[in-house]
Amino acid sequence: MTRRRLENIALAGITLTAGAIWIFPLYWAFVTSIRSDARVVSDGAGLIPDEFNPTSYVDALFNTSLIDWYINSIGTSLIITVVVLVTGMMCAYALSQMQFPGRRLLYLVVLASFMVPAQTLVVPQFELMNRLDLINRWGGIILPQLVVPVVIIVYKQFFDALPKEMKEAVVLDGGGDYTLLFRVYLPLNWGITTALGIITFIMSWNAFLWPFLVVTTENMMTIPVGITQVNDAFGVAYARVMSVALLAAAPVVIAYLIFQKRVTEAVMISSGVKG
Amino acid sequence: MAMIRNKTRHRLVAYSLVLPFVAIFTLVFAYPVIEVIRLSFTNAPLIGAGDWVGWDNYIRLFSDRLFYISVKNNGYFVLLTVVPTTVIALLIALAVNRLSGRVQALALVLFFTPYVLPVSVVTQIWAWMLDFQFGILQPLFTAITGKPVPVFRNPHWVMPAVAVVTIWWTNGFNVLLFLAGLRNIPGELYEAAALDGATRGQLFRRVTWPLLWPVTALVLTLQLILQLKLFDQVYLLSEGGPFNSSYVLLLMVYREAFQLNHGGYAAAISLVVFLLIVVVSVLQYQLLRIGGGRK
Repeated sequence: MTRRRLENIALAGITLTAGAIWIFPLYWAFVTSIRSDARVVSDGAGLIPDEFNPTSYVDALFNTSLIDWYINSIGTSLIITVVVLVTGMMCAYALSQMQFPGRRLLYLVVLASFMVPAQTLVVPQFELMNRLDLINRWGGIILPQLVVPVVIIVYKQFFDALPKEMKEAVVLDGGGDYTLLFRVYLPLNWGITTALGIITFIMSWNAFLWPFLVVTTENMMTIPVGITQVNDAFGVAYARVMSVALLAAAPVVIAYLIFQKRVTEAVMISSGVKG
Repeated sequence: MAMIRNKTRHRLVAYSLVLPFVAIFTLVFAYPVIEVIRLSFTNAPLIGAGDWVGWDNYIRLFSDRLFYISVKNNGYFVLLTVVPTTVIALLIALAVNRLSGRVQALALVLFFTPYVLPVSVVTQIWAWMLDFQFGILQPLFTAITGKPVPVFRNPHWVMPAVAVVTIWWTNGFNVLLFLAGLRNIPGELYEAAALDGATRGQLFRRVTWPLLWPVTALVLTLQLILQLKLFDQVYLLSEGGPFNSSYVLLLMVYREAFQLNHGGYAAAISLVVFLLIVVVSVLQYQLLRIGGGRK
């Protein structure tokens, strides 16, 4: 009994130490960001934060377009998340609960599109956005990110598992399919909707390649693309680069720390390991 | 009569439900898939029309030295990441799974947080960690090679370094998958085996490993696909250099399309990348299934 306890304590100690080493780069970025640029490259600069110098944060907020990038990232990610969830839920409901010609074909196409790497479509997508005059606009950032087949697949599995009696009761009361979907099933599956919402939001917030291609003017960039410009502008001023990087990461990291359990579940559900 | 009207109505409702997705899908996915195939047989620039050139782009691609360099680098990167990250994630998941309560939550946060960072934040942090002059990890390189190493400008170190950065960034996702898999294993199995006097090594080999195999196969397959699509990290850290030692297929697509204005040629490369990913992942998945079935 006591041997087991000792073992568990030792294991916890080892695991947490490994975890601390794993997270060290982030810690080091933070320590760097609150130092002055001179201090960062001086010999005596140790591992422990020894000064609090917010200059580089002030710099990052007011001398870059960071605020614009925040607005672009939040705006486009929110729109993408809402559209992906609503269209995915509707499509999955029809695929699962209704009969119509083309149903099987549509589901096969959804499954097949799961295999196509979006990165291989950038050339025609760019040409299309150019023709629609959406280069350097939110619309151009958003549109190609709206196809997320996994959302449909997860929703369909959920609808497939619902008992038939529930549907019959609503239909007897005179409710149609829209009532059923948005008034009955949606409130029933907030868990899945939140999970898929979290995953979609993180994905679009962190998207790099497409926003990088479709935006060329600085004030239209999203966070992940914009902060690479700061690097170019500042040269090797690492305190400033780290401040910008941490400010860029802050919203998702804070959201993750608050909704930890939900995010963990979301990853498990959307990858199909946990139903 | 009423039956037929009802049926038509039912179908109309169904079509109205799928329409939004189908419309978006057709515009930004199905149409580009067809276009990328068509473009690959033309000499079109990035924007605008081109002439039909038949198989020219493919013939050119298969005699392009950079193509073979890229394939080799993609393969090298897959070797450096897929199995290592799977092993590391499994070990972490096994350790985290034995913790409980707040300690477990804390351990998960430490290992998972990098996954929610944007890729450019990750590359900037590591560029600083490995900075030639002031990087905090340079003493390590001095200890190994005797002098500081400009990691992302050195042909030998660049790919392993990008691999380390990638594993650090994405490993948390795999940890979660393994953790979910471990939680799905019924506890009674362990109790029964322990009653039979099984040692801990036997428990892992006879219970954990076989029951976890579907998750392991999933992680390996997802990782293979993900790592074949390498672009962001390598573009941000080394831009394919030095001397093309980190040049990869998607970088080639980007260069040809967006810097050299060869839309048709880039489309051909895209299509080859797509086919490569499908073939390799289907093959791997089948192999893993056979490997799992034998046990």
